Amino acid sequence: MDHTLPLLVAIPLGVGFLMPLLEKLREPEWLIDLLATLAGVVVLGLSLGLVGVEQAAYWMGGWDATKGVLGIELRCDGLTRLMLVTIGMVALVAIVFSLRYMRRYTAKGFYFCLFFLMVAGMNGAVLAGDLFNFYVFLEVAAISSYALVAFGCESEELEASFKYLVLGGLASTFVLFGIGILYNLTGTLNMAQIRAAMPKLTDPQSPNLALYVAAGFFVMGLGLKAAMVPFHAWLPDAHPSAPAPISAMLSGVLIKALGVYALARMFFSVLGPSTEYATVLMTLGALSMLGGVLLAVGQWDFKRLLAYHSISQMGYVVLALGIGAAVLARGGSKAVAGLALFGGLFHLFNHAAFKSLLFLCSGATEYATGTRQLKELGGLAHKMPVTSGCCRVASLSIAGVPPFNGFWSKLIIIVAAVQAGYPWLAALATLVAFLTLVSFVKVQRYVIAGELPSRLAAVREVPASMCVAMVALAVVCLGVGLLAPFLMAPHVGFLDQAADAVLRGVEGTAAVALGGVSP
Amino acid sequence: MIPFFLSIVLLAVGVYAIACKRNLIKVVIGVMIADYAVNLFLILMGYRTGAGGAPIRTAAADTAEKFAAASVDPLPQALILTSIVIGLGMTALMAALAIRLHEKYGTFDVAEMKKLQG
Repeated sequence: MDHTLPLLVAIPLGVGFLMPLLEKLREPEWLIDLLATLAGVVVLGLSLGLVGVEQAAYWMGGWDATKGVLGIELRCDGLTRLMLVTIGMVALVAIVFSLRYMRRYTAKGFYFCLFFLMVAGMNGAVLAGDLFNFYVFLEVAAISSYALVAFGCESEELEASFKYLVLGGLASTFVLFGIGILYNLTGTLNMAQIRAAMPKLTDPQSPNLALYVAAGFFVMGLGLKAAMVPFHAWLPDAHPSAPAPISAMLSGVLIKALGVYALARMFFSVLGPSTEYATVLMTLGALSMLGGVLLAVGQWDFKRLLAYHSISQMGYVVLALGIGAAVLARGGSKAVAGLALFGGLFHLFNHAAFKSLLFLCSGATEYATGTRQLKELGGLAHKMPVTSGCCRVASLSIAGVPPFNGFWSKLIIIVAAVQAGYPWLAALATLVAFLTLVSFVKVQRYVIAGELPSRLAAVREVPASMCVAMVALAVVCLGVGLLAPFLMAPHVGFLDQAADAVLRGVEGTAAVALGGVSP
Repeated sequence: MIPFFLSIVLLAVGVYAIACKRNLIKVVIGVMIADYAVNLFLILMGYRTGAGGAPIRTAAADTAEKFAAASVDPLPQALILTSIVIGLGMTALMAALAIRLHEKYGTFDVAEMKKLQG
């Protein structure tokens, strides 16, 4: 039994519900700030503490399914650990950024309440070892994110939130339908037990058609959550409408924890890869990659442009997952599949770092200048040196310029696509990387370089705490990029373990639930 | 099989309302219908024809086989309780947003809310 696992959900949940109380009691603001920062540090610390642990499981209420009939499991393998560290990192940075940024809004206590509920939901969703708890945590995270998008209560924000809520609610319904069908087929909700029952259902002589209905519901539901083209309509409205640190959380981790992670878990560890699923994943990935970047090139709203790039970059990750699934399904080389998965998960982590940083930069720019229209900005390099520097680092990372982190993960994905026998997909990925570069050259040209409009003559650098948050992420972007050759050495990094966990989930040997781990 | 397909039809009705109705309140009702379709589906799964008993182990059903034959599956019933509560939370939030939108625009018509650029 690893008692850290429930704490990762319980601490943010407890802190979240303490916040409205502090707000009601009119406690001084510094107390709320201190509590939020401490909670962020503790959650990140606990996640990092799990890095050394190979596998861990916790049975809620002491109902152990390996000893009894059923039980509710929280379990942690390499993939979960990667997600936990990513969530912890982005959450802490977003909290530090929020301390000053959220002063412009009222009711900081309520803001942090929703924020920590979202963190608790995401941590729970990646830890959940059974499908229904995954659904419950997914809803906890999703409902708080709907409310956070509408936090400013302006017309646009309410409208975006309503759209997001309706589509998100529909997505959850689809996911629950899929879970219901799987329960009906296998008689269990535990992911590892469903995986163990899967060979009987996927027998090539008499394939079970209900399984494909369930898979279809999962693709629609989780595709909506991950904002894959053609399910992306809500994202470009919802992400820019939220306050900047929330945009960073939504684009940085929420679509990954609820969408991409869930797709990976479902199609590798629960349903098992097959040629059909792989084709669907690759199609979604390629469409999102190209569609997202084409829509982004023409945008003039800073945050909206970033939101479209999130769709495009998530396309890379899903494409890599699809390539991995395709290679595994046809019984190809484990090494090639592992490379594709490694690249995808590496890109997932990198995207969390640089996209959060970009959203924080756009927030800082908006905080200082009051606008996020690219055409109204310009010449901020001297006025706001820290923000401009961080924005440069993040833009170079997302555009895939060496030695920044985005370059390495894109390179691995492209190499894996070629090795797996998909040269066209590799060419497409390269083209999208080029279009991304073009798009971010535009951002650099209109925000940092160029003439300073006379209206912005009095602009000053943002407060120190916001700078600290941005610099921290910039250091991660550059550090991971410089250390990438070392991180890529086999069997050292926790990234490698994450890809490994996905591979082993396929073989069904990562069966923590079936008694693989002793207390 | 027919009740299962009927719950899928109910889901389709909900999706139709979400996709085609312009009134915010009707969209909210559409989401609720879709939500109840999945609840109905889950509760149908737990039902066993001919087994009307509550899932309580009695002297008459002392072995696992007899118990399973005499009672309905209790797990989906536990699941939909949770699912109903989640649905309630979502409906409340949706209603609150709809009210705020009505305050801003003075209408429930989706077509007249166009502050967002496509």
